[in-house]
Amino acid sequence: MSYEKLIGEMALADERFIVLTAENRALIRNLPTVLGPRFIDTGITEQCMIGAAAGLALRGRTPIVHALSAFLTMRAFEFIRTDVGLGNLPVKLSSFVPGFLSDGNGPTHQAVEDVALMRGIPNMQVFAPADEDDLLKALPTIWNSPHASYVRLNTRKTDFIHVNDFEIGKAEVVAEGRDVTILVYGLLFEQALLAKVEMEKQGLSVGLVNLRSLKPLDSNAVLSAVGRSSFIVTLEDHFRIGGLYSILAELLLESQQTAKVIPISLNDRWFRPALLPAVLEHEGFTGKKIAQRITEKMTQHV
Amino acid sequence: MTLEQKKEMSDLALRVRGHVVRLSGNGGCFIGASLSCADIMTYLYNGFLNIAPDRTENPDRDFFFLSKGHDVPALYGVFAELGYIDKSRLAHHLSPNDSIYWHPNRNVPGVEFHSGSLGHLPAVAIGVALDVRLRGGDNRVMVLTGDGELDEGSVWEALLVASAYKLNNWTLVVDRNHFQANVRTEELIPLEPLAAKFEAFGCSVRRINGHDFDQLDETFRALPFHAEKPSVIICDTVRGQGLPSISERADRWFCNFSDNEVDQLLDELNGKDGANIISETLTVR
Repeated sequence: MSYEKLIGEMALADERFIVLTAENRALIRNLPTVLGPRFIDTGITEQCMIGAAAGLALRGRTPIVHALSAFLTMRAFEFIRTDVGLGNLPVKLSSFVPGFLSDGNGPTHQAVEDVALMRGIPNMQVFAPADEDDLLKALPTIWNSPHASYVRLNTRKTDFIHVNDFEIGKAEVVAEGRDVTILVYGLLFEQALLAKVEMEKQGLSVGLVNLRSLKPLDSNAVLSAVGRSSFIVTLEDHFRIGGLYSILAELLLESQQTAKVIPISLNDRWFRPALLPAVLEHEGFTGKKIAQRITEKMTQHV
Repeated sequence: MTLEQKKEMSDLALRVRGHVVRLSGNGGCFIGASLSCADIMTYLYNGFLNIAPDRTENPDRDFFFLSKGHDVPALYGVFAELGYIDKSRLAHHLSPNDSIYWHPNRNVPGVEFHSGSLGHLPAVAIGVALDVRLRGGDNRVMVLTGDGELDEGSVWEALLVASAYKLNNWTLVVDRNHFQANVRTEELIPLEPLAAKFEAFGCSVRRINGHDFDQLDETFRALPFHAEKPSVIICDTVRGQGLPSISERADRWFCNFSDNEVDQLLDELNGKDGANIISETLTVR
């Protein structure tokens, strides 16, 4: 199964689904043939694409809107907020190359504030699957729900098999740890797994939580980790402002708790454009570097 | 249109304008722009559109999208007169306990979608028109924009897309009252030659007097103008139509008149002496 095949199968089985794109066809080249008139390419018009999706939803359709993350969330932001959010319509945003996945494109194409923007919209749910397996397990539930959603697409394959059934508002608790728990979403899940192994080699007890559902958040899973571990890491390819670090801060305030939090994110700057492995290396987001950064901070705290 | 029909239409439009004028006191509204499109909305809802108060959710209905949302007083007036909402509800204008405010929303029966941010509904209407086509329906999808609203790039995106998809069931109606909010369009962002612009975007265009019911009737009944093109109807109108004392004045954009001024304007609307308005215009936008 692939992302494209899944859309095709679901749309063929259910006439409600309409696929729209702003001419971002890399992942969905075969869909025009498969879906015929239910594949609508509006050209490079993100605003019109979102407005049209809202119109289709008004008529009972469930539009899956596939477009490049940066332009989908920012060029069309006010249309998403005003037509989809305020309209409370089941428009499904499918966000291609979010975060580090825009690799060599440069800052114009870097969606590293998308989680902040999308979760700030009432009625909008936000998801960031860890890999292709996680994505394909999540999408049917997300697309069949009556809510608007934003999904950070991630079709990278990993060896990890996600055993838990996907549920909106539920995290996947991969491991529980006493010393530190890494909270992560999206493609950095793979690096978090590596970082966990690195730190375990040093004798640390390391927890790992895949926060694939960022809004609604699995507050219980996060607070359990906070209660269990000496340190909490928020790991994300996103600006520090508005992403997981902020989500955790909001949750801690709301529940009148505190924690020793180590944020690993982009601190008020864009990342250096390169191919993904080089980006991870340069920005300090490989498993090894993540482990290093975490243990350094833990030592400073002690 | 027979003389009797025209008389009935004019009388209805006059009552709609009366509602607009009353809404311009006690908190105010965008009176001038509401009066410029009052005749268009009156015409569309009074017999042309396949829609009625008891069929506002019927999937076979025609769709009217008010993209220039600040003109909603005219729509409220039409809805109150034709039974979509109770007339008494207009007294709730700007009450936090009802949903009758300066821009339209779907808590008012008959309103298809909220607006207020300009340049949105041409695209939303495209989505509806595409769905109608997918289902093989013959619903007509109309979207009314202002002329100042045409400054928004998203309108032109929508025209490109409607044209690319040959949406002959999608019609853009332009309330060409020749004013932006505070300035004449041609003095700020000139739009002419406007028909040629729409034609260049692949639309079939007609330009009429938006206050002439015969022209409105003849033109709307001719839709679609082309089997493979979206249609555009440019309605030349007068901002503040019906009230010479405030019409075509840049400073009569958003107005909040005193009770006495509202009474004067109602008299003027009904053919008495022109009103003498001293209230200053308010800056809302």
